[in-house]
Amino acid sequence: MKAQTSPLLEISNLHIRFHTLDGVVQAVDGIDFEVYPGETLGLVGESGCGKSVTALSILQLLRCPPAEITGQIFFEGQDLLELDREGIRKIRGNEISMIFQEPMTSLNPVLKIGEQIAEAGRLHKNMNRQQAWRWAVEMLRMVQIPGPGSRSRQYPHKFSGGMRQRAMIAMALSCNPRLVLADEPTTALDVTIQAQIMTLMQRLKEEFKSAIVLITHDLGVIAEMASRVVVMYAGKVVEEAPVKALFKDPRHPYTRGLLGSIPVIGRKEQTGRQLQEISGMVPSPANMPLGCRFHPRCSQTMDKCRQEEPPMTRLAEHRRVSCWLETG
Amino acid sequence: MTDIADNSAARAGKLTSDSTWRRNWAKLKRNKAAMFGGILLIIYVLSALLAPVLFSGNPSAPDLMNSLEGPSFKDPLGTDELGRSILGRIIYGSRISLVIAVGVVFVGLICGIPLGLVSGYYGGKIDFIIQRATDTMLAFPGFLLALALVAVLGVGIKNTVISIGISMVPLYIRLVRGCVLAIREEVYVEAARAVGTRDAQILLRHILPNVMVPITVQTSMSMGTAILFAAGLGFLGIGVQPPTPEWGAMLGSARSYIFHAPHVATFPGIAIFLAVLSFNLLGDGLRDALDPRFKL
Repeated sequence: MKAQTSPLLEISNLHIRFHTLDGVVQAVDGIDFEVYPGETLGLVGESGCGKSVTALSILQLLRCPPAEITGQIFFEGQDLLELDREGIRKIRGNEISMIFQEPMTSLNPVLKIGEQIAEAGRLHKNMNRQQAWRWAVEMLRMVQIPGPGSRSRQYPHKFSGGMRQRAMIAMALSCNPRLVLADEPTTALDVTIQAQIMTLMQRLKEEFKSAIVLITHDLGVIAEMASRVVVMYAGKVVEEAPVKALFKDPRHPYTRGLLGSIPVIGRKEQTGRQLQEISGMVPSPANMPLGCRFHPRCSQTMDKCRQEEPPMTRLAEHRRVSCWLETG
Repeated sequence: MTDIADNSAARAGKLTSDSTWRRNWAKLKRNKAAMFGGILLIIYVLSALLAPVLFSGNPSAPDLMNSLEGPSFKDPLGTDELGRSILGRIIYGSRISLVIAVGVVFVGLICGIPLGLVSGYYGGKIDFIIQRATDTMLAFPGFLLALALVAVLGVGIKNTVISIGISMVPLYIRLVRGCVLAIREEVYVEAARAVGTRDAQILLRHILPNVMVPITVQTSMSMGTAILFAAGLGFLGIGVQPPTPEWGAMLGSARSYIFHAPHVATFPGIAIFLAVLSFNLLGDGLRDALDPRFKL
């Protein structure tokens, strides 16, 4: 369905290494995926699988060194990794913006909320101080902060977690970016506030026609928001699928494990099954298992899994999985 | 309805931004030592400003007929070896000392803050170079460094200020760099970079204001040290030159009469002691009052 339009963001063969005192840590190992204009792509995986690092590398917010990024990140046909400092600076906040996980620490405590939101407008839209401030107030109104005029003159400590995240969203959307990278935008919030923020993001996405890369480990959020999902495990893409197909027919044992570990009220009565867990721990990036990276935790491990990495098997348009079970 | 919400929020907002200052002031006010320091400092500042009112006459004009007289009604603190009023010279000397204190801190801040910011924020080679230079300067005792610089630059108020100021630059570099290292990793700095903020703006708008509290405290402390250093240089005869009334120089020339006219050395000594004490007490109090972790 989206095959006709060209992708907005195209990541291919992205490797991210960190040079540390303990040696080289391979945080992301040859991932590729695309984001199409206006869609919401879910990027799912456990902590430490490389989701956030991937997002940071798109905006080149990683310090290099110690980080080393290779591969290509095409944004509207231009390789972001080849841009100079000024080039990427013009993209940041203007074309691609980011919402961070921790609303309590992502706003500067000594700057007024309005100033922080106005900053992007002044940087990218040539607004003067007053115009940018008016625009910031307008953005706060858009994210449904009551009394935006006076709220904009307050400092972040006056804002609750949910309000701060709204302010962050206002900041991220203030230049009407084509792509928003949302790194666990609701993880630090109460469940009721999570729902509000999600609804707000959904609404604003339609209004601003931005594409969203939604990074989360919360499959509930994915089911609500995303149209397509990329599942990552230990720095690699293990499965990609449209959201409905993923929930209906997960192909990778890891995805099945993730879905099985969502608590469903009344499941035990219905199916007699306990809540599943994926046994074991995420492997350390400094010490990856041979063969398939998931094999030590997989319930269907075969001999082949221990020796060779499984290739990516394409099952359909936007449907691929990296598992020996699928190669026949 | 929005208006109502707007208004109440506005009132609430006004209350807090005021109350941050008020709370800090309340904390400072409860600190008796800091208030003592503050009051002493105000006395020094007033005596510097009102010197011609408080003491009529020229504090440097000798009156050899009255040399080395003890405290009397006419000269409450007595006279020095050239018959000049010690009180008058201390009052006029507070001008010199305060000018030196402010000048020194100005030199320290002007050089130390930018170098510290750049060193901490960029890291790498720039940091390495600045830090090794800082290490080298810190390897000398501060006073010795000031002494060496005076030897190169020559005597006088201006050179005293520059020498002591430069000897304090490494302290500011270290202080600012340390704070920047912590703050640059904050998410809000990353968030500022993520909206495309330029490095200069990140340093000046996002990082520097967060470093202001330790800088304020350090500034107060260094003013005390600056006065002490200046007095030390004056005592050795290579700071501010006679006949300018400078406390350290007064102390230095009183050295020869310390046994038969001890007041000549005592009163300038007390003046130096109280001035340094006032800055240190105030600095301590500011640190406690401005530290958000220290709640009363």
